[in-house]
Amino acid sequence: MSSPSPTAPPRSFVRSRRIFLTLLTGFVLLPVYVMASSSLKPLEDVSGRFRWLPSGLTVRPYLDIWKTVPLAKYFVNSLIVAGSATVLSVVVAIFAAYAVSRYRFRGKRVFTVTVLSTQMFPGILFLLPLFLIFVNVGNTTGVALYGSRGGLILTYLTFSLPFSIWMLIGYLDSVPRDLDEAAMVDGCGPLGALFRVVVPAAVPGIVAVAVYAFMTAWGEVLFASVMTNDTTRTLAVGLQGYATQNDVYWNQVMAASLVVSVPVVAGFLLLQRYLVAGLTAGAVK
Amino acid sequence: MTPPTPAPTAVGAQAPPERAERAEPARARRRGPRAPGRIRHASLPYLLLLPALALELLIHLVPMVIGAVMSFKTLTQFYIRDWSTAPWAGLDNYKLSVDFSAPVGKDLLDSFVTTCLFTVASVALCWLLGTAAAVFTQESFRGRGLLRALFLVPYALPVYAAVITWAFMFQRDNGLVNHVLHDQLGLGGDRAFWLIGDNSFYALLTVSVWKGWPFAFLIVTAGLQNIPKELYEAAAIDGAGVWQQIRRITLPSLRPVNQVLVLVLFLWTFNDFNTPYVLFGRSAPKAADLISIHIYQSSFVTWNFGTGAAMSVLLVLFLLVVTGVYLLLTSRGRKSANV
Repeated sequence: MSSPSPTAPPRSFVRSRRIFLTLLTGFVLLPVYVMASSSLKPLEDVSGRFRWLPSGLTVRPYLDIWKTVPLAKYFVNSLIVAGSATVLSVVVAIFAAYAVSRYRFRGKRVFTVTVLSTQMFPGILFLLPLFLIFVNVGNTTGVALYGSRGGLILTYLTFSLPFSIWMLIGYLDSVPRDLDEAAMVDGCGPLGALFRVVVPAAVPGIVAVAVYAFMTAWGEVLFASVMTNDTTRTLAVGLQGYATQNDVYWNQVMAASLVVSVPVVAGFLLLQRYLVAGLTAGAVK
Repeated sequence: MTPPTPAPTAVGAQAPPERAERAEPARARRRGPRAPGRIRHASLPYLLLLPALALELLIHLVPMVIGAVMSFKTLTQFYIRDWSTAPWAGLDNYKLSVDFSAPVGKDLLDSFVTTCLFTVASVALCWLLGTAAAVFTQESFRGRGLLRALFLVPYALPVYAAVITWAFMFQRDNGLVNHVLHDQLGLGGDRAFWLIGDNSFYALLTVSVWKGWPFAFLIVTAGLQNIPKELYEAAAIDGAGVWQQIRRITLPSLRPVNQVLVLVLFLWTFNDFNTPYVLFGRSAPKAADLISIHIYQSSFVTWNFGTGAAMSVLLVLFLLVVTGVYLLLTSRGRKSANV
């Protein structure tokens, strides 16, 4: 652990660091341990007193989670809703962020301030009116927005669109202007420059925004709990199905939680480097 | 409302080096004939913005207007099929919300106070843990990369999966928390309830901090990368120890980053719905009745959309005032610091 620099930190610093980081790691990993270990326990173990080590390991919970509730269906619903909201908001945001980053135009400031300020409003503010709009649209035109995946995707844009725009403005600003100007000299139109030069150069940022948008949509609870029905329910709501009147199948809840977490956590850790840069670009600005 | 002034970010520093090299021939080529494209397309930015503007209108502006109108109506379950037919209520919903001698207003006030206390505690702890972790992992040591990745796990886990695990840990009879406190450490008489009663505040706070501090860690880590190394070297030559460097260089340099970080943490924590909802369900215990849940319950459990809308409007006004004052104070502080 020797530091090559001549100003090696003093012992007191190293000791404090070790104690603090150990405690913090414990705090962070405690629920992860509970999730993983409980998912491998028989039901008696999770219904009785907590035990650090299972009395016997079993993979039964991982088989049962698909039968107790239609987890696969919820999984597909979450995938469709989070995926569509992500693609839609990233594509729309690329155009908008390009305009803001590269052009001067009247109303630019109003636009950016509006986009920024919608991020400070609570989701509940948009939930009530959107709920009523959906119900009314359904009653007057017969288009079932309420309870549909399309309707849910639309509500997810309330949070994913503003931060996608905001983060992408930060990213596109860091792509040198010379690049698209050169492309235009070479005969590209502005859109050609955007797609042939700027977008490829900003791929890490776009990936970061997409992953972040997907993660947020994947974890969304408020809109999902109001705007879905039996066939469109997402994981956020579906996971509550393991609680029956008599018993909560905690081992299955934990197994299902782990299964739905693995894809996003793996994606996050893989793309962490890009994500951190994108997130701080958006948030620190 | 003005957006906060852009603070230096890590992005520029992290841009791949080959990008700068690729820009070189571009600059050389610009001496050639200039493309006439940019001036001709005066309407282009608006065309590019069109999809975003249309969606913003649909998902933000129209709902906000309807929400404001709703707050002046008597909107109960009988009018949900067609809300426009609901009778006007004038200021009744607002009067009901702020009449602190009546049950509705008193509950709202209690919830507001709880939310404020909760938010201040959570933001402070998140900031403290995040800053400490960032400072301690600033210099490289063996295992630092692994730790940094681990610290991001609470941030990456889907909220409902993580919070439902905490709900399990806080179970009275079969949870880990009571097992450790009661069975292993032998504290107290009876096993405590964590998800009902007064303890629920601390349960919620624990989960909120666990979930929220990695964000502070991320932002502060990025902020630390922008502090010039020379400052530390100069201080070391002058004989300042590590702790002194942290106090004299690191913390003051982080000020602009912290100002934005605290505002973002405040808004997220104050508006958080997911955490209390997964932890407690549709109606939270009184000690942990956050404002989002409270409005949700007024609207979707007791079916009083008009009152819920009035509460939302009041909440937004409060957030606007707080954010405005905060931005004003911090930008003034920043300006006077520059002089």
